[in-house]
Amino acid sequence: MTSTKGKSLLDQPWRLWFTQLRAMVRIVNSRNLFTWRGAWVYFLAFAPTFIIFIHAVASSRLRHGDTIDTDTKVLAGIFQFYYLRLGIFFGTLGIFARLIRGEMVERSLHYYLRSPVRREVLLLGKFIAGAVRSLVLFESAVFISFVLIYMRFGEAGRQYVLDGPGLSQLFSYLLVTALACFGYGAIFLLFSMLMKNPAPAALLFMGWEVISSVLPALLQRFSVAAYLKHLMPVSVPAEGIFALLTVNTEPIPAWLAMLGALLLTLAVLIVSCWKMRTLEISYTTE
Amino acid sequence: MSDRIEFDNVSKFYGEVLGINRVTLSLPPGITSLVGPNGSGKTTLMNLMTGLIQPTKGTLSVMGLQPSQADEFFRMIGYCTQFDSFPRGITGWDFVYDSLMLHGMTQKQASDLTSEALTRVDLGQAAHRQVAGYSKGMRQKVRLAQAIAHHPTVLVLDEPLNGLDPMARAESIALFQELGKQGMHVVISSHILEEVDRISDRVVLMTGGYVIAEGNIHQVRQEVREKPMQILVRCARPELLASRIFELDHCVEARLHADGAGVFLRTQDVDQFYILLNKIVTDGLVQIEAVTPADDDANAIYQYLIGSDGGQS
Repeated sequence: MTSTKGKSLLDQPWRLWFTQLRAMVRIVNSRNLFTWRGAWVYFLAFAPTFIIFIHAVASSRLRHGDTIDTDTKVLAGIFQFYYLRLGIFFGTLGIFARLIRGEMVERSLHYYLRSPVRREVLLLGKFIAGAVRSLVLFESAVFISFVLIYMRFGEAGRQYVLDGPGLSQLFSYLLVTALACFGYGAIFLLFSMLMKNPAPAALLFMGWEVISSVLPALLQRFSVAAYLKHLMPVSVPAEGIFALLTVNTEPIPAWLAMLGALLLTLAVLIVSCWKMRTLEISYTTE
Repeated sequence: MSDRIEFDNVSKFYGEVLGINRVTLSLPPGITSLVGPNGSGKTTLMNLMTGLIQPTKGTLSVMGLQPSQADEFFRMIGYCTQFDSFPRGITGWDFVYDSLMLHGMTQKQASDLTSEALTRVDLGQAAHRQVAGYSKGMRQKVRLAQAIAHHPTVLVLDEPLNGLDPMARAESIALFQELGKQGMHVVISSHILEEVDRISDRVVLMTGGYVIAEGNIHQVRQEVREKPMQILVRCARPELLASRIFELDHCVEARLHADGAGVFLRTQDVDQFYILLNKIVTDGLVQIEAVTPADDDANAIYQYLIGSDGGQS
């Protein structure tokens, strides 16, 4: 049994698929990575970075009450309330929803569909290209914001980052950013194949993400945010309306949360591959 | 492996809208023209044979392969759609080159084939300009270049002559003929019936999602027996010939040619007509210079079967 299955898998043209995947990613990114049309996504990614930069320049001298601990909490707040809930969410919506639906609207998707590439390879190529673009934007935005926050503190900031908990916090932020890009990206890619305008569904999904923390444990498995919150390096004290935007779920190990987010992404991608296999061009109705 | 494009009782519905219905076809290599008015199902038929859509019912294969065998199927097919749209900001070179890279080729192979295809459609000079700045004819050409760049065995062209100037049109037709002679399948849909007529080995006439006639253009005309066939007889005294033919009670209509040196005659039985014409000639009544069928072309057949000129200008 195992040998038959294993043999058929080995017989697949993996090398060809890899070459086609690489070509696909290059083509999509050469057309989309830096464009004026995508300027609003750059704004979403770098708006907080710019504000932190202005703040760092304007108040280069530390005032009374400026502590690393305070700024660490500020950064955690920016990351949780802005990046995770708004920036990455809407940024990936703009990037991934355009990959399929945008090409349908521009009537250029058929150039891909009639190439000798398996639909699954096409879909994965599009996903990886979107992931590369969103990672480049949001990882660099988060990284620069992090550096700017601690740079103000000079030697103390350097020590906090290199000898203290700073580096592991940075790693966690980058990991959560990557998992958010993958998870939301996969979901919005699927939305863009299922409906002409994925924006309303994305807003509903945003509501789902917001209330996921008060949902039963079983339902939380279908939320990206529910996994990511367990990977946050710094908890943010939240009150009032902001309490809904932060997580108060039972803690689970980081590796399990990471695995959960990746499995959710994988499951959505499998559904997308199935949808891609049966996707037909009907430009007249687009 | 089969060398044909086969449709076996294929139907395609878009929800409740009919695309094509119960189409059974077997197309051999050569140039095949799809003729029919707008909405007759030509593009649906082409989208089906290029794997862009799947049939609701029935099966189809191209050279023995089915669209589900994507790796081989799409390598064999070149499709120039009627959609005049391109990825944003792309150059003519990148448009062709990128599609070849998706075949899994090396950069060298893709580059060589891109250059060859663009030269073949006479776009070498404009290759590195953005497609958005091309004229309509140039955009048509670059799509054609992309369709032929990987040397497909089946080339499907949806309205390929649209937007081309007379010179480019003549060049494209010559290219299609050359490809057809090389044993390739060239399937063309066009409203320009004279050109279709001139280059096609066979026609498929469609209306309302149905194939109503198929085959060699002259055979199809012969099959349309209920319509009187029109024959142009070039002779010195056409009015005499017309009266003699009418005396024999054979023709249903006679009309003098505008130059006065010939007559159009309509007959229900063309075989019997030629026998009578031979007799008149041997009797020495008129001297005949030439006899040619006047409605043995796609346009006439199209009008007889579909009842319109298909939007021909």
